[in-house]
Formats: sequence, C-alpha cells, structure tokens
Amino acid sequence: MTAPLATAVSADPLHPVTSEQAEAIHVRDLHKCFGELEVLKGVSLTARDGDVVALIGGSGSGKSTFLRCINFLENPTSGVIRINGEDVRMISDGHGGQYPADRRQIERIRSRLGMVFQNFNLWQHMTLIQNVIEVPIHVLGVKRDEAIAIGEQLLERVGLSEKRDVYPAYLSGGQQQRGAIARALAIQPRVMLFDEPTSALDPELVGEVLKVIADLAKEGRTMLLVTHEMKFAREVASHVMYLHNGVVEEEGRPETVFGSPKSERLKQFIRSVS
Amino acid sequence: MTETAVQTFRIAPKQNGDTEARRLAPHRIVLALIGLGLVAASIFFLRWDWLPNYYGLIAQGLWRTIWILAVTCVLGFLLAVPLGLAQAAGPAIVAVPARAFCTIIRGTPLLLQLWLLYYGLGSLFPQYPWIRESELWPYLRQAWPYAVLALTLSYAGYEGEVMRGAFAGVPKGQLEAARAFGMRRFTILRRIWLPQAIHRALPTLAGEAVLQLKATPLVATITVIDLYAVASRVRQDMFITYEPLLLLAAFYLVITGVIVFLFRRLERLIPSKLG
Repeated sequence: MTAPLATAVSADPLHPVTSEQAEAIHVRDLHKCFGELEVLKGVSLTARDGDVVALIGGSGSGKSTFLRCINFLENPTSGVIRINGEDVRMISDGHGGQYPADRRQIERIRSRLGMVFQNFNLWQHMTLIQNVIEVPIHVLGVKRDEAIAIGEQLLERVGLSEKRDVYPAYLSGGQQQRGAIARALAIQPRVMLFDEPTSALDPELVGEVLKVIADLAKEGRTMLLVTHEMKFAREVASHVMYLHNGVVEEEGRPETVFGSPKSERLKQFIRSVS
Repeated sequence: MTETAVQTFRIAPKQNGDTEARRLAPHRIVLALIGLGLVAASIFFLRWDWLPNYYGLIAQGLWRTIWILAVTCVLGFLLAVPLGLAQAAGPAIVAVPARAFCTIIRGTPLLLQLWLLYYGLGSLFPQYPWIRESELWPYLRQAWPYAVLALTLSYAGYEGEVMRGAFAGVPKGQLEAARAFGMRRFTILRRIWLPQAIHRALPTLAGEAVLQLKATPLVATITVIDLYAVASRVRQDMFITYEPLLLLAAFYLVITGVIVFLFRRLERLIPSKLG
C-alpha cells in the first residue's frame, strides 16, 4: 500500500483530507469488557478510503462487538478511535470504563457511518422510501424533495423501485436487507459498516444481498464487513482480519489469509466453515 | 431462528354470497325483529311526554359529557406519555415517582379520588385568602375543574402504565438503528419510539377511552350536570325512573360506537404488522 498523498484539505471538517487513500477509520489497541468478561483484548485497525475490510472469526470472537464499538453502539473500555481524522474524546466513568465526552461529536460521526444490521432494523412504521429519507431529512437536514430524489435512485440501485411505498413487514428478508443498505447509502456514508448482513436470511436470499454489497465494493466504497461468508469475503475484501477470543490472530490480503494461513486456529476455522 | 409451522385453515367462509347469506340467516332476522319490537314497545308503551321539556338540558348534559371525555382523554394521554417513558427508560429519580403515581391512581377508586379532590382540596382552598383573591378563584369555586382534574389524573394513571408497556415493547433494534445513524435522543423519541409505542397502544387506548366514558357519570356526584345527572333530574322532577335510564343507555351506546369507530380509523392509518 502506497503512502497517502494527503495534501488537499477540504473545508468540510468531516472530510479533512480528500485524498483517495485518506484514513477513514483508525483504531488502536481497542479493549472492551462486559463486566468481568474481556471481549476485545487490544484490536487495532486502519481502514483507508476504498478499503474493504472483512472481519471473520467464530462466534464470540468479538468481531461484531468491534464493529459496534466503531460507531459507539458499544462504548469501548479503552483504546483510541479516530474516524475521518477526528479523535473521539472519551471520559472515564470512574468504574474502569469510559464514555464519549461529546454526544454531538458521536452523533456527527455516526451520521457518516452507514450501518447495516443483521436483523435489518428497518423502521417498521415507515414505508421503504420513508425509511431511506428519514436520516437525510431529520439528521442531515437535506430538503425533502432532494432526499426523495436520491432515495428513489438508491432504491432503484438495490432493485426495489416498485417496493417504494411498501412497509418493511411486507418484504422478504432479502428485500428488507437491500432496503436497509439503501437507507445506509442515503446518508452518503464515508464508511459502510456491515454487521453479519446475511446471517438472518434464508439461504436462497443471501445471493441477492451479497450481490449488492459486491457492487458497492467494486465501485470503491470503504467498507467494514463482519461476515460468515468466507467465499464472499475472499472475493470482495482487500484486507481480512481473523479474530479469535478478542485478539487479531491473523490478518492480511485475502489470498494470503485464506490461501496460506499461518496460525493453526485459522486453518481449523477455514476448514470448519468451508 | 426457530419457528413452529402452524397449519392454517379458513374459519369463516370467504365468498361474498356466503356473507350475504349469513347476514340474512333466519335466526338473525328473528333477533333483529325482536330488537325492533323492543324498541317499538318502549316507544309506544313507556312515557316519553316529559322529553320535550328536557331537550335543552339533555343537549347540555350530552355536550358536557362529551367535552369532559375528550378533554380528559387528551390531557390524560399527554401526561401518560412522560409517565410511561419515565417508567420504561428513565432513571430511578423519575421512574419511582411515576410508578408510585400510577400505582396509587390504579389502586384506588375513581370516586374516592374525585371526592378527595373536590371535598378535600375544594374545602381547603377557601381558607387561604390569597387563593380566594386570585384570578383562578372563579374556576376553583366551581365543580367542573375538579371533575376534569380527577378524570385526567385517572386516565393518565392507567395510560401511563399502558404506555410503559408500549415503550418497552418497541424492539431494541429499532432504536439502535436510529442511534447508529446519529439521531439525537429527542428525534429518536419523536420520530421512532413514540409513533411505534402509540401504534402498539392504540387498541388498548380505545378500550380505555370507552372505560373513561363510562367513568364520567361519577362527576354527577360532585354536582356537575352531565348526561347522567340529567336522567337523575328527570327522576326527581317527574318520578319517572325507567325511561330516562333507557335513553341514557342508548346515548352511551352511541358514544361508545363513535369512539370505537374513530379509533378504528386511526388504527387503519398505519398498517397493523409491526415488530
């Protein structure tokens, strides 16, 4: 990977550097405890613009928790998180944990990270298009007509134009997840975060969702992807991290990690899932 | 995810012709005729000659019952939202008082609350000159503010409990998605949490509104002339008991029908599949 040619400075504080290779997410030595249980034991990651990082590992390895720490759905116990070049300020809670010092900062950062959940979590009381325009209008302050125009384009991209005015409950899992991806894209995210996006889907619906994600990877979107789909991770990822018991056991380019795994655990893991 | 497969089968016949036939089934026709006969009998054989003299009073009573119902339901619900939210998600400092309030209101008879407010507060206030001299005094010396207050608090107490359940019942993922996109807490409440909670609570709220309607006659015990009080007045004036009560029953039935109809319309605004 070449060194970032970070010279141009943008007026937008969220995008201080407009180089192709700017650092989108930087995490150093992240720890997360749930009570006595230490789920993450010092995980580091740097994702530059255009990177597709796949997080793999068995259940309980901490990969989902790691993803949720990045947009502070979980407060990391310790560690440094820098997003869009902005250090997140944390305050100690006096019980060995910490919480964000500035909620507005967290909200600002979150509004640039497009999260896609395992269980879709489309808002049930809104139609698909209402789901897609909700955050642009009520968080980012986009004008309604503009948000609808963008939203319709996005629904077309994920193949749901004709489901525009349908409530999520009347959609299949695959359609809901594609809708959720459109909702995440609507905020024009710096990074997309996928938390096991196909784990709750019926097997025959997995393909349609993976195809949408693969297209996003192809167009150079920055993505963090927690997944159990090894074949898919190998195809779309530029970087693979294998987590085991809260530590990065092995990482690197997908062909290296999957082709010639070094650690015994990873070898075992790849055998068990393929 | 494990889901038990359930065999479904149609209970009611679906074709239009069938429903038509069911509507005109012999036993229904007989029942309808008996009903009509009863109405006709009560019109012809009971005494209704007093009715014209009381048109004005009935209209007043009806109006009073309806506005007391509407005002107390709306105000009570507005109180119920924070009461429910405090219990579902608030820190102990607000959750405990909210729970205590709901428990007390739900654990004591409404008649008692009404009398405590009217005879208790109502007899306490005149002892303080500054209250008697205040702008509010013309209202505080009347009965209806106490009626409205008691019914509002009662509705708030019951609905606070309903809203607690409704708030807690909204799936965590719905709120988490809102947080993950950087929504502020108040925006989450306004755009996601409250709408979904209200939708969950609507069927219960409809039932509670009907119960509230049937609680309104209690205000007659503190001298507020509502629909029920008119019936008592007729009995006292004319020594007729049965007819005014029948009329009263008919009125309450119709109002209940209107409430149910309005809530159905409200429920239909949002599709029923949630969560």
